[in-house]
Amino acid sequence: MTMRAFLLVLAALAGLFSDHASAMKLGDVAPDFTRADQGDKDVQLSRYRGKLVLLNFWASWCPPCREEMPVFSRWQKTLQPAGLQVIGVSMDDDRSEVKRFLSQYPVSYPIVMGDARFAEQFGGVLGLPLTYLIDAQGRVVARYQGEADLAKMEAKVKEMLRR
Amino acid sequence: MKHALLSLLTACMLLGAANSALAAKPAESIPAANLVQPADWATQVKDGSAAKTLMLHVGFKTMFDQAHIPGSEYAGPGNTGAGLQVLRDRVAGLAKGAPILIYCGCCPWSRCPNVAAAYDALVELGFTNVKAIIINDNFGTDWVDKGYPTAKTQ
Repeated sequence: MTMRAFLLVLAALAGLFSDHASAMKLGDVAPDFTRADQGDKDVQLSRYRGKLVLLNFWASWCPPCREEMPVFSRWQKTLQPAGLQVIGVSMDDDRSEVKRFLSQYPVSYPIVMGDARFAEQFGGVLGLPLTYLIDAQGRVVARYQGEADLAKMEAKVKEMLRR
Repeated sequence: MKHALLSLLTACMLLGAANSALAAKPAESIPAANLVQPADWATQVKDGSAAKTLMLHVGFKTMFDQAHIPGSEYAGPGNTGAGLQVLRDRVAGLAKGAPILIYCGCCPWSRCPNVAAAYDALVELGFTNVKAIIINDNFGTDWVDKGYPTAKTQ
């Protein structure tokens, strides 16, 4: 085996067993993104600086996600005047599934499509639901993986909105 | 009257089909003897013995692309007819005793909409050596964060 071939094999093995992107830590600035919502209107995270953003990764096939969404939709209506903005990121493989789902179960906040590259910017989305709270300066202040205690999340949201 | 009854029956069938996608069979329905712990499987992946088993990810492509078990293939999602057909096509022609391991990890185990449907589909096809990795929370927490071997789609 030539040195070049040996190095190629080493590189391939390194890629094969490499870790996924490291998870975002509390205090990190959330990566900015611009993605079209279901009405083809651009949603840019950094445009919500000054607000508390609840960024929810979900999918139409995810049972706990479907239970959370009506709650987030209610918060968007009742807490938006106090400075909350909810943004949903669908991890569905197929946009048409999302459209079909939202036509049945509409929400009061924008939904953009995610994908593997998008997820990696946020340290990977390897389980749903996944929700981040992002403060007025764009920093991650809370991360909820899996079925969250929505009462605790609501308390945190209200605490952040009072600051 | 006959036309109205036919319409009602069709509507019920459509509703049933839609609901079946939402109300998936729970993962707990898979017999305990056919479940594998992540740590045990990771050991087999590391020592190479897992390569004798066909490993299939029956969850969602966005998840598989980010992280999956090295050597496993995407054959899902198990909660849709189209996904199950991908699975059936992949195993067509295999000996019924061929070792097959399925996994998902999209959601907490008790809420996973994919793994039980995929397991049932394989059993219905006559496969006798089907196992599933029991992933309690999600693939990130129970596999990747543990430092087990992981690959991603390039």
